[in-house]
Amino acid sequence: MKIPFVYNLRSVTQRPVSTALTALGIGLVVAVFVAMLALANGFIAALTKTGSADNVLLLRRGSDSELSSGIPREAINIIGASPHIATGADGRPLMSPETYIVINIPRIGGDAFAVANVVARGVSDKAFEVRRNIKIIEGRRFTSGQSEICVGAKLAGRFNNVNVGDVLRFSNRDWKVVCRFTADGSSFESEIWGENEQFQGVFRGNVFQDVAFRLKDPAGFEEAKRAFLADQRLQVDAHRESDFYADQSQLLGNILRFLAIMITSIMAVGAVFGAVNTMYAAVSSRTPEIAVLLTLGFPPRSVLASFLAESAVIAFIGGIIGCLLALPINGVVTSTTNWASFSEIAFAFRVTPQLLAAGLLFAVVMGLVGGFFPARRASRLPVIEALR
Amino acid sequence: MALVEIRNVYKSFKREAQTVDVYSGLSMDFEEGSYTALMGPSGSGKSTLLNLIAGLDKPTSGTVRVEGSEVSSMTSAQLAPWRARTIGFVFQSYNLLPVLTAHQNVELPLLLTNLGKKERAERTEIALGVVGLADRMDHFPRQLSGGQEQRVAIARAIVADPTLILLDEPTGQLDSKSSEEVLELLRRLNDEFHKTIMIVTHDAKAADRAKAVLHLEKGVLLERSQLSGAGVAT
Ligand SMILES: Nc1ncnc2c1ncn2[C@@H]1O[C@H](COP(=O)(O)OP(=O)(O)OP(=O)(O)O)[C@@H](O)[C@H]1O
Ligand SMILES: [Mg+2]
Repeated sequence: MKIPFVYNLRSVTQRPVSTALTALGIGLVVAVFVAMLALANGFIAALTKTGSADNVLLLRRGSDSELSSGIPREAINIIGASPHIATGADGRPLMSPETYIVINIPRIGGDAFAVANVVARGVSDKAFEVRRNIKIIEGRRFTSGQSEICVGAKLAGRFNNVNVGDVLRFSNRDWKVVCRFTADGSSFESEIWGENEQFQGVFRGNVFQDVAFRLKDPAGFEEAKRAFLADQRLQVDAHRESDFYADQSQLLGNILRFLAIMITSIMAVGAVFGAVNTMYAAVSSRTPEIAVLLTLGFPPRSVLASFLAESAVIAFIGGIIGCLLALPINGVVTSTTNWASFSEIAFAFRVTPQLLAAGLLFAVVMGLVGGFFPARRASRLPVIEALR
Repeated sequence: MALVEIRNVYKSFKREAQTVDVYSGLSMDFEEGSYTALMGPSGSGKSTLLNLIAGLDKPTSGTVRVEGSEVSSMTSAQLAPWRARTIGFVFQSYNLLPVLTAHQNVELPLLLTNLGKKERAERTEIALGVVGLADRMDHFPRQLSGGQEQRVAIARAIVADPTLILLDEPTGQLDSKSSEEVLELLRRLNDEFHKTIMIVTHDAKAADRAKAVLHLEKGVLLERSQLSGAGVAT
C-alpha cells in the first residue's frame, strides 16, 4: 500500500535550494534547543555529581543551605562517636567538619570592581577520603597548621593568583596555593579548600557549618538519620549528600530548561511555517503526479503518509545539521551563580546522546507538524480537476 | 451481461451559476474483449465517460456497472482498491512520475497487490517486454521519447492485469511514427492478450485501428461504425 520512499527522496533532491533552506531553519532551532538544554544539563550534572550517595551531610536543624548552617565544636565529638560513621585505615572516623564561607576575589582581566563570590571550604584531613571524586592534579595537600590552600581546577583561568605556587590574599591573610584538584566536573571544582582550623580562625569563630561523613553501611542512611535526629544533644538534620546538592540545582535547572523550551518553541513556529511553505509548493508543483498516484489506486492515506514522510525527512536532515552545529559546544565551560550559596559555579555544557536524540525527534516533530496540512491537501486532491 | 453497463446516466457540472449538462440519459454496453474508439468534438463528454467508468467521477443519476459491480455507488475507500484491480488508465500526458525509472513507474500498481518483491520484478519486466522497452528499464522518463513514455504508461496500465484499459488521447502529443507504435501495441494487446480497451481519440487513423468506433456529440451517441465484434450501443 505504500508509495515507495525513493519517490520522496528523489523529489526532495529535485529542489535542493528550498529543501536546504527549510532544513537549515529547522537546524538552527535544533541547535539552540540542544545548546540550551546542554547548559541546563551541565549545571544540573555539576551539582548532582558533587555529592555521593553513601555520604551524609549534617546541617543545623532547619537550615537548608551550608551557608546558613552552624554546628558548634562541642557537637563534633558527639558526632564523631557515632557508630554509623565509617572508619579510615588509621582507625579514625571518615568525617570532615567543615567551615563554609563565601569570599570575594578579583576576576582576571576585570577592573577593581570585577569580583566574584567563591566558596572557601575549610575541611579536615579526612575530606579527601570522604569525597572520593577529588583528585589532586598538581602539587600536594595543604599541611596542617599552615596558611595553605588547594584550588578547584575550574578557577584557573578565571581568577588571578590561583596557580600552584601563587599567593592568594583574602580575609586579610596571604594563602599559599599548594595544589589544584578536580572533582569529576562537580561544583567542588569551583571552590577553594583549606584546613578547617585555619579558615575557622579568620572567619567564623568556634563554629563549623556542616559535617560530612561516609556511612559505615552504604544502605544505612535512614537508620543513621533517625539516630542523629533522636539525639537531643545535637540539633542537626541529616541529608544524603547526593540529594542535597542535586536539590540545589533544581530551581535554576528547571528555569533553564523552561527557558530552553520556551525560546525554542517560539523559534520552532517560524521553522514550521518554513516547512509548511516548502511542502505546499511541493504539493502544488506535483499535482499531476499526485493525481496519477490516486488514479492508480493508491489510497489517500498513502499519499498523506508519503508527503508527511517527505517533510519528516527534510526536517531530519535539519535535525542533523542542528546537532552538528551544537556539538562543538560540548565541554565548553561557563559559569553561573548557584542561588543556594550565592557563589559562582563553573560547569561545562553537556551535549549527551539522549539530548541529540531529543533534538532529532524535535526536528521530526516540526517536520510532521509543518507537513500535515500540505500532505492533507495532497491526499484530498480532486483527481479529475487535476487531470483536466 | 456486458463487461461495462451504462444505464440511463445523467451527468451535469455546476460552475458558479451555470450548469453544463453533459449526459442526459446515456445508456451503452461494452463487451469483454472489445476494442472501442470514442470520437467526438471537444466538450462532447469523452473524458467524462472514461472518468465515470473508472470511478474517478460519479454520475448525477443513473448507474455504471463494471463486471456487475456498481461503480457509481462505491465509497471512495472501496474505489481505490477496486480501481487498482480493475482499471488501467493512460492519459495524454503527465503519466509517469519523473523521479522514478521506467521500471519503478511500471511497478507502482503492483505495490497495491500482495505480490512479493521478486514476483513484482518479474511481472514488471514482462510488461516492459510486451511494450518493447525491456532494455530501457532503468531510464528515467526524461531520457525517453514521447512514444516510449506512452508505452511505459501502457506497460503500467497492463502490469496488474486489470479488467479494462482506458486511454484518454494517448497519442495526442505524439508524432505519427510514435503514434503508430502505440496503436500497434494496443492492437496487439487486444488481439493476443484479449484485453478490453477503450480509447478516446481525435485521430481518425487511431480510430481505424479499433474494432468499433463510437461518435459522441453533445453527450449523445451519434453513430457507431462496427468494424469487427464489440462496442454495442443499446
Ligand atoms: N470538472 C468539471 N467542471 C466543470 N465542467 C466540466 C468538468 N469536467 C468536464 N466539464 C465539462 O463537461 C463537458 C465535457 O467535458 P469532457 O472533458 O468530458 O469533454 P471531452 O469530450 O473529453 O473534450 P476534449 O476532447 O476537449 O477532451 C465540457 O463542456 C466540459 O467543460
Ligand atoms: Mg477529454
